[in-house]
Amino acid sequence: MAKAATSKTGSQGSADSFPEDRIVEIYRTEVLARVMDERCLTLQRQGRIGFYVPLAGQEAAQIGSGYALDPSDWIFPAYRELGLALVRGIRAKSLIDQFIGNSADLTKGRQMPNHYAFREQRFVSASSPIGTQITQAVGAAMAAKKRQDPIVTITFFGDGATSSNDFHAGLNFAGVFAAPTIFFCQNNGWAISLPREKQTLSPTLAGKADAYGLPGVVVDGNDVRAVYRAVREARARAIAGDGPTLIEAQVYRFGPHSTSDDPSRYRPEEAVRKAREHDPVLLLQSELIRNRILTKDSDSKIWEELKAEVARAIEAAENTPAVEPLSFFDDVFAQPTPTLEEQRASFDQLLREGVLRP
Amino acid sequence: MTELTLVQAVNRGLRVALSSDPDVLILGEDVGVNGGVFRATEGLQKEFGPERVIDTPLSETGIIGTAIGMALYGLKPVAEIQFMDFIYPAFDQIVSELAKMRYRSGGQYPCHVVVRAPYGGGIRGGLYHSQSTEAYFAHTAGLKVVIPSNPADAKGLLLTAIHDEDPVIFLEPKRIYRSLTGEVADGDYRVPFGKANVVVEGTDVSLFAYGAMVPPTVEAAQALLSEGISAEVVDLRTLVPLDEKAILASVEKTGRAVVVHEAARFCGFGGELSAILAEKAFYSLKAPIARVTGYDTPFPYALENSYLPNPARIAHAARAAARTQ
Amino acid sequence: MSAGAGVVPLPYDAAMAGSLLGPEARAIALSAYRWMTLGRALDARMQGLQRQGRVGFYGAATGHEAVNVALGLATSPADWIVPGLREQLAALVRGHPLAAYAQHLFATDLDPARGRQMPCHPSARDVHYVSMSSVIGTQITHAVGIAAGLRARADPGVALGFFGDGATSANDFHAGLNFAAVYHLPVVFGCANNQWAISVPVERQTRSATLAAKGAAYGIPGERIDGTDFFRSYATLRDAIARARSGNGPTLIEFQVYRMTPHSSSDDPTRYQPRDWGARAASHDPVLRLEDWLRKNGQLDPELEGQIRIEAERQVREAVAEAESAPPPRPESLTEDVFVDSRPFVPERGE
Repeated sequence: MAKAATSKTGSQGSADSFPEDRIVEIYRTEVLARVMDERCLTLQRQGRIGFYVPLAGQEAAQIGSGYALDPSDWIFPAYRELGLALVRGIRAKSLIDQFIGNSADLTKGRQMPNHYAFREQRFVSASSPIGTQITQAVGAAMAAKKRQDPIVTITFFGDGATSSNDFHAGLNFAGVFAAPTIFFCQNNGWAISLPREKQTLSPTLAGKADAYGLPGVVVDGNDVRAVYRAVREARARAIAGDGPTLIEAQVYRFGPHSTSDDPSRYRPEEAVRKAREHDPVLLLQSELIRNRILTKDSDSKIWEELKAEVARAIEAAENTPAVEPLSFFDDVFAQPTPTLEEQRASFDQLLREGVLRP
Repeated sequence: MTELTLVQAVNRGLRVALSSDPDVLILGEDVGVNGGVFRATEGLQKEFGPERVIDTPLSETGIIGTAIGMALYGLKPVAEIQFMDFIYPAFDQIVSELAKMRYRSGGQYPCHVVVRAPYGGGIRGGLYHSQSTEAYFAHTAGLKVVIPSNPADAKGLLLTAIHDEDPVIFLEPKRIYRSLTGEVADGDYRVPFGKANVVVEGTDVSLFAYGAMVPPTVEAAQALLSEGISAEVVDLRTLVPLDEKAILASVEKTGRAVVVHEAARFCGFGGELSAILAEKAFYSLKAPIARVTGYDTPFPYALENSYLPNPARIAHAARAAARTQ
Repeated sequence: MSAGAGVVPLPYDAAMAGSLLGPEARAIALSAYRWMTLGRALDARMQGLQRQGRVGFYGAATGHEAVNVALGLATSPADWIVPGLREQLAALVRGHPLAAYAQHLFATDLDPARGRQMPCHPSARDVHYVSMSSVIGTQITHAVGIAAGLRARADPGVALGFFGDGATSANDFHAGLNFAAVYHLPVVFGCANNQWAISVPVERQTRSATLAAKGAAYGIPGERIDGTDFFRSYATLRDAIARARSGNGPTLIEFQVYRMTPHSSSDDPTRYQPRDWGARAASHDPVLRLEDWLRKNGQLDPELEGQIRIEAERQVREAVAEAESAPPPRPESLTEDVFVDSRPFVPERGE
């Protein structure tokens, strides 16, 4: 039986060292995430997209873990994992297509913004219910193990999801079946208005791993290298057949839960200001400038380039035609049922008779 | 009398219940400090304290299971599920426990619980902030299912629910939480269960609706009137218990029935209503019963207005029925 | 670990068993033994009747008697029992009449639960024994809610939520323990780990070393004890109840017991249990252990033992005979108790 070990990952060495040669690329990805966040919040305020879930404060946790994965590994995200999508090479335009729900949106305008799916990139469809992806990641890992595919699955969720049904079932199943899964909890301190300390009395969230006989690891989620190493180690364990790991990345949600939320109702601005002193993007920025990997100028250029890239993506997405009006009848089943065919035809008839406008 | 939105009326109803009965308490996610994500519980924790307006961890089965335990003990919990779409982790508690507790214990353990949940589409909520799955609950013996359509009913039905000894699933039409206002009486008053409301009287066709579908149905009736068709609009208010008497009386008068709901059509509540009319008003019917409903697809985000019944679709169906002799 | 290897047995020292309670051990041991003998006799009789087709179903608690009797004796009338599947004996110890329970087993008109449920699913409001369902784990959050009610009304009672090893994987275990800890409620969680969830051995139920260890995930103290030792079961429950009653929050107790019968009368454990399971379980028989202690302490001789057994069998026989001859529930009760105002049964057209 595995001995549960809850440990704090230090900053020093492991088998897989951090890819220092890619540090600027990693930084650029973090900046792109930050720029997307800022622009999309504005688009939402202007009514150009309906909703948005910001990730500010969680860039290093997401992008650090993204870089620690193999492209063949499967990601089971919640709805805040834009950083992971960027690591997987998803273009800003594709994301904004989904936010608008236009005809280029791979999910065909079916879901709210941030609930995307990119099958080719092994980035599984996100849903709004909390925690449901956790058991799915375990199942996919068991399937991969059965087929002897040398991959892992990783699932992302927040502090609130540790109270959900599927956290309990998912970690237990993964332990019993030694599934090659990584449970990556981004503890951003808040489940909408509920602070972490009211979510559970467990001293750490990683400590919950003990209840399932799994190793649990706490990591500073603002430290992209520490995150990378923790995921790398968990991945090595999973691939070696030693089963799953729970990682708690401690971060802070700088923004609202979503654009529908007003955090001033439940948390003091002072707490956010203090958390922003450990802004993962700015920490990496000042380190790169301090170590002369970037200059102030070259850094500004990165920001300008990425802002321009996002602006172009928005323009292109907004000029993409709307989703086809009858398309919402598609994909309910592989083949529509006769009932559904009839409903589609009657809807089409209403459009053609002018009773309804598309 | 005060002019209130529907969500304000819910808030006032909760406040009346909390003030008048020390056994009433509220539990749910974000209901306390945050006042609920729709502000239905705004100010209540401040007024009644965190022991009576309880912020819970993120677990619907925890919320409903704990509420059942409180009720077994004798309290009157009002549980909030943040969106009806998130009720399913607690489906086991609702269907296996809440609905059956009185019956299986031979009446020894009633379950005095209200489960409030905003439901329905029209707020750009996509698949998981839009669904209208009242049929699951109406289908489960032992649950009462209540859906108000206006501020005055919202408060009066909620107070009836909170004082009803049985479990009540109280579904709030979030699409019209704020989009309309109405006169609401101050203090405590009750709108009885099982009494439908004839919102518009008419003679040619009966339109049956509930919740957020009542306003577009009324709008359709007004449009039909200008064409010389007199439509009656019946707001069901409570699906369980159902006011069969009012439904049958209306169809016996008009001879034509159109059932409106935003839930998907197949096995939706409209099927039950149509069956009742076929069984008990068959000889009064002059036209086939028509249903105007959501489609049998998951609820779409970008095309939600195509999915939802609107006045044009309702009027179209009613017109066809009225023209059948 | 191979399936059915079971848990590592806790050391049991027959000579030391009662010392935990001091003089109190002598005072309650014989009474506990009488109740355990009654439970054993009831199980034996009902399993026989089930095989004869005289009762539809039966779920024995053979092997769980020490925990159940300790639960009945360690609780006060103000406490609430929220049972899992096998705690019926605790209701009897708390004063629910055996005659009433027998009416339930035969689903008669005199069953307090009116014949609505399968046998072994009693409701006994008279002794704060809550209605249980067949669904696993759902009662755990109910215990938490009851504890919240006790506190809201400043009542002195404690809620005792019981469940088996399999239920530790259920949704409501996770939610219930978390809520109880967050709100610091007067509840004691008792897990009767009989090492089998039907056919799934506990080492395949979870990878955690013990079930008690799961308490830590919620910030709840967890303790694993020998549930075949009546004295230890009683002392541990008494202390946890006292802790809860004095406002010191919840406890999780894992009672390690041995399921000495099939899961229920519908189950055939030869399909999945190792051959030596029966012998291993028999060597941890809680009734024999207490019997042994009583003999060594001069409280029991063969004559008294025989009297106690014969008396238990007589009680069971009489209760069964009475229930078997009772009428079935009235047909019109079918639609009663669905809601507070029993809706009259509305016949369909032409019915």
